Amino acid sequence: MQHNQTVARRLRGCKGYLYLAPSLIILLVFTVYPLIKAFAMSFCEDYSIIDGSFKGINLQNYQDLFADEVFLKALSNTTIYVVFVVPLSILLSLVLAVLIHNSLRGKALFQTLYFLPYVTSVIAIGIVWSWIFNSNYGLLNYFLSLFGIPAIPWLNDPHYALAALIIFSIWKSLAFNILIFLSGLASISQEIYQAARIDSTPRLRVFFKITVPQLRPIIVYAVLMGLINAFKVYNEVFSLFQSKAGPANSAITVVYYIYDKFYNSGDYGVASAAAVVLFVIILVLTMVQKSIAKEKEEA
Amino acid sequence: MKSRKPSSVAARIAQYAVLCLGAIFTLLPFLWMISSSLKTPAEIVKIPPVMVPAVAQWSNYATAWAAAPFGRYLINTVIVTILTTVGVLITSVLSAFAFSRLKFPGKDLVFSLFMATLMIPGEMLIITNFMTITKLKWIDTYQAMVVPWISNVFYIYLLTQFFLQVPDALYLAAKVDKCSDLKFMVRIMVPMNKSAITTIAILNIIGSWNSFLWPLLVTNSQEMRVLSTGLIRFQTEAGTSYELVMAASCILVMPIVLIFLFLRKYVLEGVAFNGVKG
Repeated sequence: MQHNQTVARRLRGCKGYLYLAPSLIILLVFTVYPLIKAFAMSFCEDYSIIDGSFKGINLQNYQDLFADEVFLKALSNTTIYVVFVVPLSILLSLVLAVLIHNSLRGKALFQTLYFLPYVTSVIAIGIVWSWIFNSNYGLLNYFLSLFGIPAIPWLNDPHYALAALIIFSIWKSLAFNILIFLSGLASISQEIYQAARIDSTPRLRVFFKITVPQLRPIIVYAVLMGLINAFKVYNEVFSLFQSKAGPANSAITVVYYIYDKFYNSGDYGVASAAAVVLFVIILVLTMVQKSIAKEKEEA
Repeated sequence: MKSRKPSSVAARIAQYAVLCLGAIFTLLPFLWMISSSLKTPAEIVKIPPVMVPAVAQWSNYATAWAAAPFGRYLINTVIVTILTTVGVLITSVLSAFAFSRLKFPGKDLVFSLFMATLMIPGEMLIITNFMTITKLKWIDTYQAMVVPWISNVFYIYLLTQFFLQVPDALYLAAKVDKCSDLKFMVRIMVPMNKSAITTIAILNIIGSWNSFLWPLLVTNSQEMRVLSTGLIRFQTEAGTSYELVMAASCILVMPIVLIFLFLRKYVLEGVAFNGVKG
């Protein structure tokens, strides 16, 4: 009897893993293994995918990576991208979210309209943006010409390519930020606002003294998500610049670099080193986000 | 108080003016895509730009459709989207049930392992996964586009939270009635969490439909292209026939926009859940 019970318990123990098996197998094969493998390959000099041979275990790939101007360009592009996209997107979406939240009518309509870019294929709408940016027939240059600004070669000049990418990305990122700000605004207690109304506090003061501090954790979250997403930009580049990384690699990003290194150049070692760098950056950002979220919970 | 009335009317007007301006900025690419897709080749390169074409050229859609095998791309996209979504639903329900109801050794550890994978950017995994697919000789197959995506930790997490809210008493009562775990899961847990499961299904449909980098990597032949990879190729082939490229873009964008407009409650709640969990 005792023996039967332990067998039954053990069987019950297996049962949980039986239910988990499909997810667990996929996760091990397509997430855990490739993570480890990427680390391993990044330390193998001249790794060959045909027979898995390599010259030696060292930091050669990392040295090559950080000596590669194209990769450094990808990092500096990401930095410029972050400096413009994250603050502008958050400011615009915060203002729009507050206006939507305070509107008496059309709340659902505006929320729906503003969210459309989030569900839309980046590839398709990126191609539309490349048409808007077209230097001869594009809508944007036409608008600028109304103000006497001469045609700008947005997508063909290395000086403007990143600007085009930034404009497109701000347009795209508003949707998610507005949504999370709206859900944050909905959770602010109305009593605070009522107190402000009784004191007839000016709107702008209410915004800076009540709304912004109350939304602080969500703003921090939006900043970190913006940073993380900046390092993952890829489809935007591919669709704006007809499968290239902009003129003279002027709009190259980290993920585009990884793709180009292993898929087009067959340099798996350096591509893996770049992948590991991407992993470390995102891990650090996620840790920061998690620790801030935890601090907030404990406070 | 009296003097504030006119200013508050002005504030209301300003508020809606800004909201409408923002809405125009957001909608402009969509409207421009639709408008351009209905223009004649002469209208498309006209300066100043033609906002609304004189006669809507619906034939552009037929021309674009015939210029590249978009029918085939559409079927491929639908097949990949359906298979991935069905797969994700099955694995998510099973895993969420295990995490929320079953007792087994190492459960907390496995759960932490699952959650830890959320921090790994999928973009870094493409190198090895591409090698794995090559080794399996899956290049140019549906399974290459489907199998790596039929497990999603975020969905498992979301569903586990919902499953945990179902009172334990129900489970215990079912146990007393000798109802098997599988039966309890299918007959009680799934119907009780219909809305969460619908949310997952819709989020996944949108994700699969729009996916690009992975299908681009694991397919070579034209027959296996999906809409997004087919569209990119078409953009290069069509050259300056922007009215056709815009028509083709519409074919890729519109189904998801319609799904979103009809089921927006699920999409907004699902995405906000991701945002709020922190």
